[in-house]
Amino acid sequence: MVPQMTGPTSAARYAGTRVHRVEDARLLTGYGTFVDDITRPGMLHACFVRSPFPRARIDGVHATEALALDGVHAVFTAADINPEVHELWYSIMGKDIPDTPRPLLAEGEARFVGDPVAIVVAGSRYVAEDAAELVEVDYEPLEPVVDYRSARDASELVHEGYEKNVAGRLRGGNKDLMAEVGPSAAHVVSETIHQQAYVACPMETRGIVAEWSGGEMTIWAGTQAPHEVRAVCSRVLGLPEHRIRVIMRDTGGGFGQKVAPLREDLCVMVAARKVPAALKWIEDRRENLMAAGQARHEHGTASMAFAEDGTILAANIVHTQDVGAYPTPWPVGTAAAVGMIFPGPYRVPQAAWATTSMFSNTAGRIAYRGPWQFETVARELLLDIAARRMDIDPVELRRRNFLAADDLPYAMATGMPLDHISPREVFEHALELLDHDAFREEQAAAREQGRYLGVGTSSYVEPTTSAMGAFGTEGATIRVEPTGKVNVYVAGGSTGNSLETTAVQLTADALGVAIEDVNTIQGDTAVTPFGLGTGGSRSGSMIAGAVGTTARTLRERIIAIAAHKLEAAVEDIELADGRATVRGTPTAGLSIAEIAHTAYFDAASLPPDIEPGLEASGRYRAEAMSIWANATHVCTCEVDVTTGMVTILRYIVSEDCGPMINPNVVEGQIDGGTVQGIGGALYEHLAYDEDGNPIAATFVDYLMPTIAEVPVIEHGHIETPGPGPGGYKGVGEGGAIGAPPAVINAVADALSPFGVTITDLPVTPASIVALLDEVRAS
Amino acid sequence: MADVEVEIRVNGQPRRASVEPRRTLADFLREQCGLTGTHLGCEHGVCGACTVLVDGDAVRSCLVFAVQAEGAEVTTIEGIGAPDELSPVQAAFRDHHGLQCGFCTPGFVVSVTAFLRDHPNPTDDEIRDGLSGNLCRCTGYQGILAAVRAAAAGAQATTG
Repeated sequence: MVPQMTGPTSAARYAGTRVHRVEDARLLTGYGTFVDDITRPGMLHACFVRSPFPRARIDGVHATEALALDGVHAVFTAADINPEVHELWYSIMGKDIPDTPRPLLAEGEARFVGDPVAIVVAGSRYVAEDAAELVEVDYEPLEPVVDYRSARDASELVHEGYEKNVAGRLRGGNKDLMAEVGPSAAHVVSETIHQQAYVACPMETRGIVAEWSGGEMTIWAGTQAPHEVRAVCSRVLGLPEHRIRVIMRDTGGGFGQKVAPLREDLCVMVAARKVPAALKWIEDRRENLMAAGQARHEHGTASMAFAEDGTILAANIVHTQDVGAYPTPWPVGTAAAVGMIFPGPYRVPQAAWATTSMFSNTAGRIAYRGPWQFETVARELLLDIAARRMDIDPVELRRRNFLAADDLPYAMATGMPLDHISPREVFEHALELLDHDAFREEQAAAREQGRYLGVGTSSYVEPTTSAMGAFGTEGATIRVEPTGKVNVYVAGGSTGNSLETTAVQLTADALGVAIEDVNTIQGDTAVTPFGLGTGGSRSGSMIAGAVGTTARTLRERIIAIAAHKLEAAVEDIELADGRATVRGTPTAGLSIAEIAHTAYFDAASLPPDIEPGLEASGRYRAEAMSIWANATHVCTCEVDVTTGMVTILRYIVSEDCGPMINPNVVEGQIDGGTVQGIGGALYEHLAYDEDGNPIAATFVDYLMPTIAEVPVIEHGHIETPGPGPGGYKGVGEGGAIGAPPAVINAVADALSPFGVTITDLPVTPASIVALLDEVRAS
Repeated sequence: MADVEVEIRVNGQPRRASVEPRRTLADFLREQCGLTGTHLGCEHGVCGACTVLVDGDAVRSCLVFAVQAEGAEVTTIEGIGAPDELSPVQAAFRDHHGLQCGFCTPGFVVSVTAFLRDHPNPTDDEIRDGLSGNLCRCTGYQGILAAVRAAAAGAQATTG
């Protein structure tokens, strides 16, 4: 049942209901405004010349022939662009970190296939692409460092000054932990788990339009964080922030890829100051898969020691990740999260971790939905492997170790402070939705018939809504206009995550007005308060805080005006359904429209202590360092042991993201993330060949799930309020974190009669057949 | 190569233009006609975001040259419904959260419109098969499947 947005306004209470999205009408009819829909007078088009070599010395760039082509305006190389950079750092990491190199255009050396070497500017994209092919680059191919796993021993360096190709290392806890705990433990299980590179792959590629005019820069961007685009543009160009305006309306998915403006975006900003009109760059899909960054490529040796009864005694992970040639932002710090969250939702008395970030001559590592999710992959795969070795059902092993309500608050052995979570509850709820016992019977019966079914679970805890640095605050401006209609302004950065609907729902509730009387303006740095946009599953809680803080001020003023006009005490005024009424005498009242009219058109009638007008700006400060969300994913599947084909039978997610602002939006976020995770487990692989050539640079080779592959996803909701406004928690990333190990564990469970251990992702038909051949041969 | 005169009926209106022979129908619609609802997600015919109807058939407009559509009747997303007058398929997508970022959505709506015309009472397998040529990265297809089922049921109820 989907409640209608345009029903009667009595008992208006929108948070928690499945209201229609305000974004939908324009997006369904082709009237959205994506960055490629922007046209400016005399607009020019950019195309990048990219390195075809994974590593090559650049001895010269020759543009004569390209410049001679009709319609070509300019060809810029590193010598034109790179010296213009004043400073380059990203707000999430700050400027005081040992950041890795990030030249806008390749200078002297190209470091991956797709590395931008020159930017061509022409009157149309067709001509720009023609001209890019005419730019001659003198390359001297060099031996590349292709595989991060052997990069430490490579004779070549990706970047001078980074010995053994190590970008950085961090560790925590007792490095001899397993050596000390292991000998006295009943069981020690240790496996090295490998995850392939897979990526955000939003349906809209990257894009930007930059227009330099009269000392001001206006940028239209596909972005998750318009204020971060402005901030980075200001730093790079040395321009004051208030001379830069960044505008975004609709952005076609981001998933982390569109948080930080990347090298090409910055290059367009610099080039825009050298050409006479707006400059547009729209990435094509091949570029997106080749040069918009990589993610997930990592491995780790995960170890756990157990007591005889399966109680976890200690956990350790030694993790290494591929950061490619030009990671953005600095990748070393974020990798620490893999180690710090590795203990997960379990009682783990002792834990230690180490992480190493390795350069390679491949695309640079960037953020992707739950960037630290390898902790869940490694832990949940290891627990299933351990359970089988200890001859305990994986479900039972987890039951013996989950944190219970009585344990909270709980400090992980790595120092992470957990609270307001429900690991046992979501786990049992998910198993109940499945009927786990019945599935085990069905599985046994199927095996009798030579069919192999399996069930896998995956449980995690996830820090959302970080209060780190500039993430810790979000502002809102609310204007009740003279007619009583409401505009709410927040930073935005919505990329499908429904921030417009969220802001409208929350504002309507906060002011007690009808939802159709509220409009929102987002994604324009000239008119909205500063905010760092979509990232880290922060928007729900932070927008709730910003709207709540601001609306409180406005409510007070509305009530004060109403009390004055109605000659009643402030305490006796009730605000609901778009009216201020006097308690006990509901006939005595004023509509918001009448109050707004007074506030703007009849300010002289207001008492001197009441500010005229009805607008307010407020700023919320996060109440906790992070808000923990948790979930359990359960997957069942059938594996064809001849062909290796995996068919997912049921997929259940039971999650605790606190109360839901809009269940449709919550479930949509879970479903989208989950299917990305299923893609990562079974299909997607941003592969390179052994010479460093990308071999999945089209949608023919990079296999995203289609509607034909995905199961129906069933939802369970447990609501433990978090420490923040409304008790809301983040939910944007969790699906992508929880899904891969649930799927892999289901496949491994199906194949358990064969004694197969799965440690390499993705699990493809070929890899399953190879694993089965291997065990049959031995 | 010299430009070529084309005349294409787009959403019922005749559109004449002089185009390069290599200009895709998608770029013709977006740039010559200003119909930016047709989106380009891959430009190699896999993702389906650029799907339009050409003489009633769902076609990937990134793989067709404008000159190939000479004389044809093209329907884009803008010709299916309007923001204040959604088609039954568009309304079903809204009702079932069948879209998030909205980038793939025009291609889906056009594909589903053609699919339901040809398969008015589809099974789930037929829906999955019929829409396997359109990629979505946001929804996990859950709301899309529900929307197509609902749009089919609604049409059956209306005509039934």
